[in-house]
Amino acid sequence: MKGNVIKYDEKNINTDLIIPARYLITSDPDYLAEHCMEDLDPDFNEKLKEMGATIMVGGMNFGCGSSREQAPIALKASGIKCIIAPSFARIFFRNCINIGLPIIEFKDFDELHTSDEIEIEFTEGILNNCSTKQKYKIMRMPPFIQEIIQSNGLVNFARKRIL
Amino acid sequence: MSGQTIAEKILANHFLSGSDIKPDDIIIAKLDLVMSHIGTGKVVIDFRKIRPSKIRKVFDPNKIVVIFDHYNPAPSERWASVHDLIRNFVKKQGIKNFYDIKEGICHQVLPEKGHVRPGMLIVGGDSHTTTYGAFNAASCGLGNTDLFYSYVKGELWFRVPHTIRFRITGKLPPSVMSKDIIIKIAGDHTAEVATYKSIEFTGDTMENLSIASRMTMSNFALELGAKFAFGVPDQKVVDWVKERTTEPFELVKPDPDAIYEKTYEIDVSDLEPQISCPHTVDNVKPISEVAGTKINQAFLGSCTNGRLEDLEIAAKILEGKRIHNDVRMIVTPASQEIWIKAAKSGVSETLINAGAVITNPSCGACFGALGGMLAPSEKCISSSNRNFQGRMGSAAAEVYLGSPATVAASALKGEITDPRDL
Repeated sequence: MKGNVIKYDEKNINTDLIIPARYLITSDPDYLAEHCMEDLDPDFNEKLKEMGATIMVGGMNFGCGSSREQAPIALKASGIKCIIAPSFARIFFRNCINIGLPIIEFKDFDELHTSDEIEIEFTEGILNNCSTKQKYKIMRMPPFIQEIIQSNGLVNFARKRIL
Repeated sequence: MSGQTIAEKILANHFLSGSDIKPDDIIIAKLDLVMSHIGTGKVVIDFRKIRPSKIRKVFDPNKIVVIFDHYNPAPSERWASVHDLIRNFVKKQGIKNFYDIKEGICHQVLPEKGHVRPGMLIVGGDSHTTTYGAFNAASCGLGNTDLFYSYVKGELWFRVPHTIRFRITGKLPPSVMSKDIIIKIAGDHTAEVATYKSIEFTGDTMENLSIASRMTMSNFALELGAKFAFGVPDQKVVDWVKERTTEPFELVKPDPDAIYEKTYEIDVSDLEPQISCPHTVDNVKPISEVAGTKINQAFLGSCTNGRLEDLEIAAKILEGKRIHNDVRMIVTPASQEIWIKAAKSGVSETLINAGAVITNPSCGACFGALGGMLAPSEKCISSSNRNFQGRMGSAAAEVYLGSPATVAASALKGEITDPRDL
């Protein structure tokens, strides 16, 4: 996977900020995407388009708060293809995997900047910052979790394998 | 082999492929109970994707609890339709443990109705499912897709967590509550001190706390990132649970040689009331530093602090008095059982006479989609668990979190007020 970075330095970017409860009247991804991140950055969607950004980098404890799965759904529908942060709240972490949105714990948060182009090789466990020409090792997910992500989420994974 | 923590013991007891586990292992475990609220709606929709339709069955209808608490009574046609969808599903699947709009908040009602027992492994479609740790159950929240999978399979993957321990000692000063302890921990150790981890709360302070006060700690522990948050496994828990169920159970205690990643020592003998200031739970100040901040709304309720002892301490503070003219006070009992008890004991009347609005049991104002919303620039003191920007209405409003005593004292004075000063 290759893409441009949009970075938010804030720690504790919570699920109420990603998608406030006032918009939880639906699980329609497009509607959620329209309001995604708007309390933190009203120009979020425009910036993504302008910069062609698909990889979101955030501060520690990303996705803390409510268990609402609409948070990763909104980000994914906004065009985010991967989320990188030093740490994630555990429910958000699971939710991302379960909807097929790759997520990476990455301690060298300062090494990534808005507009950097980065390339991620999930099976090898390598993150390559093409803009700074630096390579980093990242944690490889256990195979069955990789399979869930590749199936575009747990429901599809379960349909294929188990149900 | 070294000893095991409570989390390790319960997960080992539920591990489907043996019992030898250690932190960081990823295991598949059998679930004792699956709880869901309004999120059940998404489960119903995912169920329709199962083909052929005749195999659309939950794993065990007796191990599922469905409860309405976030949007009670339905505030719009949209939510009425979601309720309708879920009611039909519940009937069709033969789920008997269904609690409709009157009962209250899941985390209060499930223990009250005897669904929660020591040693259980419970998942719920709500982040604050950690609350049942007060009853010595390993319980955690999930999103809707995990919930769907749990409904179908009755099992789920877990990463075995490391355990940290908070040893809390000393006698709590008057008008200082367990909420003040847990907010203090958030302030001192940040909102991610327990991310992915299991917490064990120990020490003489914990032993002396009521079950309700322990529930507050296990509930708010989610705000520290916790996966599980166990209270003290003692006779108080046994007595409480035995009053609610005849099902057998055994307390799960940690081994003396269990390995803890870290132990934090906290002495609460001189603790003053604590406030989580906007907009993160770990932006904590002692009340002396924020006292005098004018407020527009005071909210007493939620799965953190909407229990009888919380209403009682507020009533004690407000007895025979009127809340400040510029403040609206909203009181939302956490369950119908609590509501009835508060009505019988005169607590409700005291609060109403003081000028509070009492609503039906529900998640209420806490999550900003049912009632008690804030206008831009308004400030609210709340006994709930989140003060995130936009949480209770306008993104330009501010929410301060404190104990029920602090909420009542502040409602009385119209500004954030130390309950010890009254």
